[in-house]
Amino acid sequence: MFGDYSIGDLGSIFVMQGFAGLILFSVYVLMALGLAIIFGQMGVINMAHGEFMILGAYVTWMTSNFFQAYLPGLFAGYFFLAMILAFIASGALGMLVEWALIRHLYKRPLDTLLATWGLSLILQQAYRSIFGAREVGVELPQWMLGSLHVSDSIEVPINGIFVMALTVLITIAVAYVMYLSRWGRQVRAVVQNRIMAGAVGINTEKVDRYTFALGCGIAGVAGSAFTMIGSTGPTSGQLYIVDTFLVVVFGGAASLLGTIASAFSISQTQSTLEFFLSGSMAKVLTLLAVVGILMLRPQGLFALKVRK
Amino acid sequence: MTENRFVNRSELIGILLLAAFLVVILPLCLDVFRLNLVAKYLTYAFVALGLVVCWGYCGILSLGQGVFFGLGGYCMAMFLKLEASSVENTKIQSTPGIPDFMDWNQITALPAFWQPFHSLTFTVFAIILVPGLFAFIIGAAMFKRRVGGTYFAIITQAVAAILTILIVGQQGYTGGINGMTDLRTLKGWDIRPDHAKIVLYFFEVGLLFVCIFIAQFIRHSKLGRILVAMREKEDRVRFSGYSVANFKIFAFCVAAMFAAVGGAMFALNVGFMSPSFVGIVPSIEMVIYTAVGGRLSILGAICGTLLVNFAKTSLSESFPELWLFGLGGLFITVVLAFPNGLAGIWTDYVAPRIAGLFTSRKSKSGDGWAEKPVADGAPAE
Repeated sequence: MFGDYSIGDLGSIFVMQGFAGLILFSVYVLMALGLAIIFGQMGVINMAHGEFMILGAYVTWMTSNFFQAYLPGLFAGYFFLAMILAFIASGALGMLVEWALIRHLYKRPLDTLLATWGLSLILQQAYRSIFGAREVGVELPQWMLGSLHVSDSIEVPINGIFVMALTVLITIAVAYVMYLSRWGRQVRAVVQNRIMAGAVGINTEKVDRYTFALGCGIAGVAGSAFTMIGSTGPTSGQLYIVDTFLVVVFGGAASLLGTIASAFSISQTQSTLEFFLSGSMAKVLTLLAVVGILMLRPQGLFALKVRK
Repeated sequence: MTENRFVNRSELIGILLLAAFLVVILPLCLDVFRLNLVAKYLTYAFVALGLVVCWGYCGILSLGQGVFFGLGGYCMAMFLKLEASSVENTKIQSTPGIPDFMDWNQITALPAFWQPFHSLTFTVFAIILVPGLFAFIIGAAMFKRRVGGTYFAIITQAVAAILTILIVGQQGYTGGINGMTDLRTLKGWDIRPDHAKIVLYFFEVGLLFVCIFIAQFIRHSKLGRILVAMREKEDRVRFSGYSVANFKIFAFCVAAMFAAVGGAMFALNVGFMSPSFVGIVPSIEMVIYTAVGGRLSILGAICGTLLVNFAKTSLSESFPELWLFGLGGLFITVVLAFPNGLAGIWTDYVAPRIAGLFTSRKSKSGDGWAEKPVADGAPAE
């Protein structure tokens, strides 16, 4: 399959596809971060995670429309406000869902999967009723359009660079919150031993609720970033949910580093293969490789602890 | 409670009632179109039955039953498609004698893996064995390494995604997103007219009862009790010297084969097969049927399948918007409030009342369909 290209071409192809893979990587990481917190730390399978992401995307879309209509002067910076709003909206919905649904199911992890699937159906239909079945796309501000010329055959789009920078920032923030803040210590304490954590005075129910909300909020931010590179429809979230779960499982459920490493390897494999094969075969081969490796190494790439 | 009979009295009554309902009442009350719809629903009942064995008894939640449903269905559809694409039927094609979608995709010869599907005997074996073997490979790889619970669910889901993408992508070999349409005859016998639909319906009901009896047999044999024991405390069963992995593989394979039979009947009854019955969404919907009916109850799961599908057809015909809200809400309610589904409601609330009406001699309806609340029963790994 390499026969028709010169070495220089191949280099450019790998750089360009590598870059496309990096954008996919950003989306995976942003989605998987939230999921890694919810699934990895709390053991809750949130099938509605994609819908939380889409909520963030719709919030971003509404914000951009609002700025276009009422505050065109500030349009260049709307995205930063939109991101915060997306975080708050998805986080608040997450908190509500945790209170109404998830907290009754902590002892039945498989049932959270089914219940959140029901939730995702409801949310999808809600989006369809409210925003319509058609996909919507946001208008990007001027400074995000266009691309950087690195060399004659290599061009990188600016919105892609922006999304990646955002991913790095959010990842650092999450790592800080989870590993260095007092609250993060409480979360990890509750995960490791719920009863003991309660005994030393941690309000475990509150920690659960805020952990779930944080995971959902990050999904909202992911959705916000997602609007920069693709359009949003009621069922867009579902397309990514299986991939994201694989990313989290492949990385080793409780490991942040593993999540990033697995998101990187999966997205790079997929986008490099995509150039040489059809998109569907690239996806099939990537997923097959992941499933195959998981069969050989079920605990994932970076397992902190072997499964129970 | 008699231990070794493979059906006890209340189950026998239930099975007889179901048989009367399916064999006598429905064919008398419904026209052929509606009866064919019931036949379509019943194909999902096979999957639900498999899920009772694998998820209800053994605690393995598979979100990839659509894969096996699809494999069975595609095996059947390949045979029917080949028969429908005889040389005289397809003489307008550039290559006569191959299925139409292959011709559209510039394939000029029948691919090698299609060749054996000229034979009905091979097809019948393939319907059972291909999904069975596939389930065995997945099950052996996962359960031998003690992967279970949520991980297994996610992996099976990924397998469903992979197979769907593969079928859609390989249009020339599989018919792509449209699937295999225009299936006409089975060994020269036209499957499309009304009388054929009726014959197929009764044949399907017959097969369903064969599967019910197999499930009953598993349930009441020693094997079934080991499966339940594994669901409740896997480690203790392992420490008692049983090979937990092998039993799990067995349950998973049985579920896969049931699903495959359902898929094959689907291709026969509905007259086409497409990837929209393979992927993640249909797979989870099949789990919904089982959960609503009751994951521990063979009859419950079948009733659940019929009810949810009836509701789906009638609601989505008149209120397409409401349907997804209804389905989602139903699912959440069932999981939160009635983990044992309709059968659980029956054994917990209705059956004791009925028993109380007739006699006070019977102390408790312990030999009902479902054995006990599953509140913490699903293995939590």
